[in-house]
Amino acid sequence: MMTIQDEVGVLTLAGIAGVALVFLYVIHGATRQADAARVEARAGAIQKWFFLGLLVLGAGVTAATLAPFPIPDQRAPVGTRHVVDVVGHQWGWRLPPGPIEAGVPVEFRVTSADVNHGFGLYDSSGRLLAQTQAMPGVTNRLVYTFARPGRYRVLCLEYCGLVHYGMSAEIVVSAAGDARP
Amino acid sequence: MSTRYPASETLTRGERRALNLYLVSGLLLFILLMSFGLTMRLAQSAWIAITPNHFYQIMTAHGAGMVGTVGLASSAVMWFFLRKYVRLSLPVFVANYACFMLGAALLLGATFVGRFGGAWTFLYPLPVHSMGVWSAGAAAVFMVGYLIMGLGFLLFYLDAMRAIVRVYGNLGRALGLQWLFGGTIDPRHPATVVASTMVIIVNSLGILGGAVVLVMSLVNAYASEFVLDALFAKNLTYFFGHVFVNSSIYMAVIGVYELLPRYTGRPWSMSRPFLWAWAANTVLVLIVYPHHLLMDFAMPRWAMIIGQIASYGEGLPVFAATAYLVLTNVHHSGLRWRMPIVLIVLAIFGWSAGIVPAIIDGTISVNRVMHNTLWVPGHFHFYLLLGVLPMLLAFMYHLIGGRADEPISRGDELGLTAYLVGGLTFVGMFLAGGHASEPRRYAVHFAEWRPYDQAASIGAVLVIAAMLLFAARIARGLLRAPAGPR
Repeated sequence: MMTIQDEVGVLTLAGIAGVALVFLYVIHGATRQADAARVEARAGAIQKWFFLGLLVLGAGVTAATLAPFPIPDQRAPVGTRHVVDVVGHQWGWRLPPGPIEAGVPVEFRVTSADVNHGFGLYDSSGRLLAQTQAMPGVTNRLVYTFARPGRYRVLCLEYCGLVHYGMSAEIVVSAAGDARP
Repeated sequence: MSTRYPASETLTRGERRALNLYLVSGLLLFILLMSFGLTMRLAQSAWIAITPNHFYQIMTAHGAGMVGTVGLASSAVMWFFLRKYVRLSLPVFVANYACFMLGAALLLGATFVGRFGGAWTFLYPLPVHSMGVWSAGAAAVFMVGYLIMGLGFLLFYLDAMRAIVRVYGNLGRALGLQWLFGGTIDPRHPATVVASTMVIIVNSLGILGGAVVLVMSLVNAYASEFVLDALFAKNLTYFFGHVFVNSSIYMAVIGVYELLPRYTGRPWSMSRPFLWAWAANTVLVLIVYPHHLLMDFAMPRWAMIIGQIASYGEGLPVFAATAYLVLTNVHHSGLRWRMPIVLIVLAIFGWSAGIVPAIIDGTISVNRVMHNTLWVPGHFHFYLLLGVLPMLLAFMYHLIGGRADEPISRGDELGLTAYLVGGLTFVGMFLAGGHASEPRRYAVHFAEWRPYDQAASIGAVLVIAAMLLFAARIARGLLRAPAGPR
């Protein structure tokens, strides 16, 4: 199955390849001379459709990606039994040891005790699943549902000083039903 | 064909000296700071060993230095062309250089003597919360260095503002706002004046925003009871950072507008869509910065939506209009390939292609898994290394070119190949690392990430080799012969 990262990678490659093809076409014909007025007239006709196309594409992607809004409402209650308070500090994570269950939404309430950190949630293969910033004086609420039980990793995604690269923690997710007290 | 070296661009002896100072310093700094970048990639490759402390000092100097140097070199482009239309002050231009160099010395001193490693973004409260790695004094010297640099740029913009207002009456008329909804556009209204006016407006505000957070952070460094709101400080920091870097692109692109017709033989005149593009971008550049804070969920939802929409919108007007202008101007123009036009086409390609991963990352649902991974340095290195830097090099190659219309030398051909191959490899490996979820700014990389780092290091070596070739040729040309028309 394609991950978001894969989809983004394919889109980016396709976009860059498209740009490169247009440039190669223009470079190829650059040394030949044609009547400037004719080139301009043709370019002008294409330009309208090009800009209109970009506008429609932008509007379509905006509508498709903003509804529903991809970030949970920070004021409304999530209504989940799994609430995890996370505190980032130089250079580690304070996470309660309690069990987390797969298939149930988990509300991570993320803040920082000192400087800015980034709470990055990784699966066992090293793929980034979700993130939010850990900021002093602010609590960001990230809601994530683990699809499968297993060991997950937290890495820091905001530069926070000397041991930024070493700031990690582990989250153990149990199978549905196993974690109930 | 338009004159390649018009008399209006003739430099006095003093002007030539000042311009050469800017450009030669810029080239030397670019090479030095690129070698810092290479050092970081080599360390992540585990091909060399440096301590994390040194890694983060180098990272801080690389980031702050590159942002400043791109600004310095591109302000030289703006100054060179804008002085044809308005009367700029040479002492102010020199003062900007002096402020930059003084600021740069303080930044380098703070990082390599004071061990400051708070990154170029100096994100509050990290500068004063180093866990004993550096002192508050080192952080203060770094921030004062930024303030002095900012003062220089602000003086330059205020002088340009004064000069533009004297000729055009006000900034609105210089931007061409009077022609947005009708009226006969003066076809000779200079694109340089339009772009410069936009930059003056947005970057003066950007620098002021940066100055506010710097001064507040300085007060906090010595009076810890004066506490800042971290989210507010981050807003100001990214407002400043985004506007400053974007302004550098817009100053450099002035060279494209001016030089393009001289090498394609196809003059182009001012149009309403062009004026609309720059007017729209004046607003969009100022409101787009929340796309740096999409993972700060405490930000108001409307700000995040603006961040995403303005990210898409900012790409459209100036960038798309400029790319389209260059492509149609080059297409079937019968041009002869010379270094400036090759570099202009490369620059517009790098800008266009680099915007693709940037715009995609401006989408909130994508940003959730790409923010602060190597995807981010991937896209900004794409349009800075393969976009803005070739714009600056095109300007410099133009300056040293003669009326003899020399074809591209074997050395330059080799340099171009190395630059393109090395540059694409270098930025491609950043993007590949981002795709693999590698966090940015890690002094030590896991073994599975190292192949990307190693390929990137080879790419960086090629880019630096090419830059050495280009810089040697340009510096020799600038120092040997008068810049500009002969």
